[in-house]
Amino acid sequence: MSNQKPVLYSYWRSSCSWRVRIALALKNVDYEYKTVDLLSEEAKSKLKEINPAAKVPTFVVDGQVITESLAIIEYLEETHPDVPLLPKDPIKRAHARAISLLVASGIQPLHNLKVLQLLNKKEAGFGGQFAKQFVVEGLTALEILLKQHSGKYAVGDDVTIADLSIPPLIYSANRFNLDLSPYPTVNRINETLADIPAFIAAHPDNQPDTGLNA
Amino acid sequence: MAAKPILYSSWSSGCSSRVRTALALKKIDYEYQPVNLLNKQKEQEFHGNNPAEKVPILKINGLTLTESMAIIEYLDEIYPDPPLLPKEPELKARARAIAFHIASNIQPLQNKPIYLMLNEKEPGYGDFWCQHFISKGFKALEELLQMHSGDFCVGNQISIADICLPSIVYNAIEKYHVDMTPYPIITRISNKLAELPEFQVAHPNNQPDAPKN
Repeated sequence: MSNQKPVLYSYWRSSCSWRVRIALALKNVDYEYKTVDLLSEEAKSKLKEINPAAKVPTFVVDGQVITESLAIIEYLEETHPDVPLLPKDPIKRAHARAISLLVASGIQPLHNLKVLQLLNKKEAGFGGQFAKQFVVEGLTALEILLKQHSGKYAVGDDVTIADLSIPPLIYSANRFNLDLSPYPTVNRINETLADIPAFIAAHPDNQPDTGLNA
Repeated sequence: MAAKPILYSSWSSGCSSRVRTALALKKIDYEYQPVNLLNKQKEQEFHGNNPAEKVPILKINGLTLTESMAIIEYLDEIYPDPPLLPKEPELKARARAIAFHIASNIQPLQNKPIYLMLNEKEPGYGDFWCQHFISKGFKALEELLQMHSGDFCVGNQISIADICLPSIVYNAIEKYHVDMTPYPIITRISNKLAELPEFQVAHPNNQPDAPKN
C-alpha cells in the first residue's frame, strides 16, 4: 500500500462530491480533502490539468486520476470491499445501480450550476423553473422505484450506492423549496440515513470548505 | 431455455442503442418491442414497468431492468464473455468514467424533451443548447481519449465506453450538425466502431421501428 493518502477534489455543496464523500466515510478511507472553488475560474483551470472535464469530484489514488462519481464509487467498492455498497445478488445490484443512475444521469445533470446559469442568462428565473420541473419528475420516478425495492434502505435492508444518491437530492429539492409530501418513501429513507455517522461526516455542513460562496 | 429477453426500445434513443450493442456483443438473442417516444398515449405495460417512462427496459431472467448502464453492468456480470470492462481496477475506472461522462454530462442535456422545451421557449435555442453541451462534453472527452485510448476508448479492447460513444456521435452529427473537426480521436474511434457488425446491427437505421427512407 502506498504511503500517500488519496486526494479528493471536492466542493462542499456539490452533490456528486457528496456521494463520494459518503462512500469514503462508509469504507473508512482516510483521504486528503482539496477544495475546488466552483465559482473560481482559476481553481477550475488548475483542476483541468488533472481532469479535462474540470469537474468535482476528482479522486487521485496511487498516482491514478479517477473521475465521475459513480466510477469512483465503483472503484472504491472493488478496491475496498469491506462495508459493501453493492449487494452480492446481481438482481439487487442492478436495482441499486439503476436508482443511482436515475439520479446521477436523469436528475442531477439537469439542475447543475452551469445549466442553471445558462438558462437564467436566457431569461431570469427560467433556470429555477427548469430545475424544479426535472427534480419533481425525478423524485416522482424515484418514489415509485423505492416503493418497489426498498426495505429499511433504498434496496433491501443494507445501505447501497442507491442510498448515496438520496441525501444530496433532497438537499437540492429543499434549496428549490419543493413540497416533499408526495414522496414519503424517499423522505423516510433520507431521515434514516441522516442518523448514520458516515452520512453526517459527509454532509456539506461538515466540510473544510463549508460556507464557501454561501 | 426460457423465453427470449424482451427489449423495449426506440430506434432513435441513444440509451436504447447502448443496450442493443451490449446484447449483440454478448450474442444474446432478444425480442425487440418498439416504443414510440413521441406517442402521447403511453402504453400501459410500458408505463407500469418504468416510472421514469424512459427506454430502454430489458425483461430478462424474470426481471425488469431499467437504466442502460445498470442493464449493461448486469449483462456483463451474468454473461461475462466478451468482457465489457477491463480487469484492472484503474482501467475499469477509466472505462466507467468515460461512459459516465457521456451518460451523465452529455446525453441528458440533449434529450428530446429538453430540446423541444427549449425550442418552444425560443425557436433555435434548443439547437444552440444541444450543440453547446455536446461540444463542451466532446472537448473534455477528446482530452480523456488522448490520455487513455488505443484502438478503442480505453486501450485496445472494446468496453462500455465504446458502447456509449456511437449514439452521442450520431446525435452530434445527424441531429445537431456539430462540427467534428476539433475531435479527431472521437471521430477515428467512432468510425472504427461503425465497421464492427455488433455496432452495425445496433445502429438506429437498422431497427425494426426505424423510418423507411
